[in-house]
Amino acid sequence: MQIINSDKQYDAIVVGSGAGGGMSAHIMANSGMKIAVVEAGPFFDPKDPETMTQMKWPWESPRRGASTNRAFGDFDMSYGDWEVEGEPYTKEPGTEFLWWRSRMLGGRTNHWGRISLRFGPTDFKHKDVDGLGENWPIGYEDIKPYYDRLDKLVGVFGTNEGLPNDPDGFFLPPPKPRLHELYYMKGAKKSGIPVYPSRLSILTKRINKERGICFYCGQCNRSCNAYADFSSSSVFIIPAQKNGQIDLYTNCMVKNITTNDEGAATGVSFINKDDMREYKLKSRAVVLGASACSSARILMNSKSAQHPNGIGNSSDHVGRYLHDSTGAGLSAFVPALMDRKTYNEDGVGGLHVYSPWWGDNSKLDFPRGYHIEMWGGLGMPAYGFGFDVEGMNKYIGGMVGGYGDKLRKDVKRFFGAVIGMAGRGESIARYDNRCTIDPNTVDKFGIPVLKFDYKWSDYERLQAKHMVDTFEEITHNMGGTVIGEKPGKEKDYGLLAPGQIIHEVGTTRMGNDKRTSVTNKWQQLHDAKNVYIVDAGPFTSQADKNCTWTIMALSMRATEHLVEQFKKKEL
Amino acid sequence: MKRRETLKTLLIGGIAGATIPMQGCKTDAAEHVEEVLTSGSLYGRTPSEKNHDERVNGEEFLNESEIATIATLCDIILPATPSAGSATDAGVPEFIDFIVKDLPAHQLPIRGGLMWLNGESTLRYNKAFVDCSDAEQKSIIDDIAYPDPENKKPEMSQGRAFFRRMRNLTLTGYYTTKMGIDDLGYVGNRPNLWDGVPQDVLDKHGLSYPEEWMPKFVNHDNRDIQAEWDEQGNLIS
Repeated sequence: MQIINSDKQYDAIVVGSGAGGGMSAHIMANSGMKIAVVEAGPFFDPKDPETMTQMKWPWESPRRGASTNRAFGDFDMSYGDWEVEGEPYTKEPGTEFLWWRSRMLGGRTNHWGRISLRFGPTDFKHKDVDGLGENWPIGYEDIKPYYDRLDKLVGVFGTNEGLPNDPDGFFLPPPKPRLHELYYMKGAKKSGIPVYPSRLSILTKRINKERGICFYCGQCNRSCNAYADFSSSSVFIIPAQKNGQIDLYTNCMVKNITTNDEGAATGVSFINKDDMREYKLKSRAVVLGASACSSARILMNSKSAQHPNGIGNSSDHVGRYLHDSTGAGLSAFVPALMDRKTYNEDGVGGLHVYSPWWGDNSKLDFPRGYHIEMWGGLGMPAYGFGFDVEGMNKYIGGMVGGYGDKLRKDVKRFFGAVIGMAGRGESIARYDNRCTIDPNTVDKFGIPVLKFDYKWSDYERLQAKHMVDTFEEITHNMGGTVIGEKPGKEKDYGLLAPGQIIHEVGTTRMGNDKRTSVTNKWQQLHDAKNVYIVDAGPFTSQADKNCTWTIMALSMRATEHLVEQFKKKEL
Repeated sequence: MKRRETLKTLLIGGIAGATIPMQGCKTDAAEHVEEVLTSGSLYGRTPSEKNHDERVNGEEFLNESEIATIATLCDIILPATPSAGSATDAGVPEFIDFIVKDLPAHQLPIRGGLMWLNGESTLRYNKAFVDCSDAEQKSIIDDIAYPDPENKKPEMSQGRAFFRRMRNLTLTGYYTTKMGIDDLGYVGNRPNLWDGVPQDVLDKHGLSYPEEWMPKFVNHDNRDIQAEWDEQGNLIS
């Protein structure tokens, strides 16, 4: 098959349009560089009424929002989930990993939880504390100026609390907690667990003329047509495209990075999904923001005489140290929340308060911490609403089962009486947890696919145990009962499978030693200086935080380094 | 802008000035909604999802007599009240007809369960379930609508599993319609300015907002004023 060579020469090609790629494109476009953004999914604008799901009612979906086609339901704004048609991945027998991909402009930022937590000083040097994992080659002071600018550029609400490992920032004002959150606060306080207003990338106040302000529909996961939450599509890519600053290639699946005789990158090769032909684009630099695992895949699939193990992979570290956040949760039935007066408490899309890690690991049987997220309230019904609602009567000595007026009464009595709690914690990055190229399998574009090899250790299991024990205690503090059984040892204490929290990082970790890391502290490949990685791949370690805010701050930092190098003609 | 005015702007301007189908004069909006309803694109489907819906809609699984039995069951589960319609008024049988095709895991338990139900009514009254009197139907339902912890009627356990599924699908089908949502009292999914739990609710629960948090919360009156901070990160606008 003939490969079509474009005669266009770009200063840089950005692969992927999510948090990392979007930020990178934004920075380079504003520096006047000639940029192409190549995205594997279709064009997507949260404003487009054709694709919009925000403010839809459940009955507008014949399946009432059930998850037949989208893992998080019909109204969730992600094209693709842990399965993407025609794009398989494989696993080593006896191991587990679930790989989320959002194939669309803006990627996962269209549906993410908007939880925007800075990593703290300890998070970059945690090996110094407990001897585990590896320190980052940078510290908090290196990234702080970028977090500061990011807060103002993109917008995040929260409060300055002066916490040692949960740094302050430039916050918009947070919304007041809802009733279930006040109950959580009371329950957590009784156990000595701190609670603060949450930190979400949602505009509760104007930050510029281009974006709207939150109107409290609680549907950020549907992507905001007013651009009042952060999506890379609406905030970075679409404005840059409208200003004519970037060339956007959508539905184009990057296969590999092309290189010259010196081993430097010369551009990318991609399959155009619309005609299923292969194209080549040329550039002075390549920026990978395809997601930690997709970028690792592209590197490993970019083999040449100069890079026989894939570009950037002379250390054999590409794909290694893959790690996701830990996750476990419990649901609590709180009788005091029965028979509620109803009112509109949709609030913002996500939690109004949260608990950052409060524990002292020197007194615990596991390393690293987790933060607590919670949910509940008078939410809009969707498929699954009412399932086994009469069964709740068993917690109050009422009559289980039934039908008719009694059942109708049950539905209303128990509406809003459940509070869920979930822990999101830090796992230890391990050499053996990795993705590689499967030697036997290709996707529908003929591109070799990833094979995952990932196992949790007792560190993560014991952390999950602490989570569910804590949630049980808070449940009792709220006068509630745990719904179902608290998961025990045989169920790994409810520890979710790796990949389920969708915070996977570490596959191209940064370091000063090119034998044990893939990128340097500027997120440049040790083996090819004109390739930068701006997704979560370069994370040396995940923290007990969500990774998006750090992806963006680091992408800003790495891309400005690229621009500087470009202007000095070093690239 | 004051809260009241802001809300008004939000409502009149649609959703913060966005292009939404409901804009324009009333007739246009109504026509538009009709058009989108018939085109099936109202809830933002991708091309492959549209194909999925078309395929599912073109299939047939439940037959007329099965749907009739389901309708009878649905209205036993949720009959009309003085203020709200019944399950069939809310179109629950049509929802179940769709969902068993969309989620095929329901198919065998529903079809087999209906057979079980008619088997039971035939055994007791020599009639199909739908042909039984209200009292006869009720006597069967009362045997399968409640748990049986003392195992008094073990022969009813499969019927109980079926009824539980029917009850779940009926509740979901009902409370995801406008009728059900009105009955439930859910009043969200519209532009709003969340300003905390109403005072009477706080009082009822004996709760209050922490004093020291109050100055930090969003003040909707100046939401439209450009955010500015001092060097320490204090919001000053």
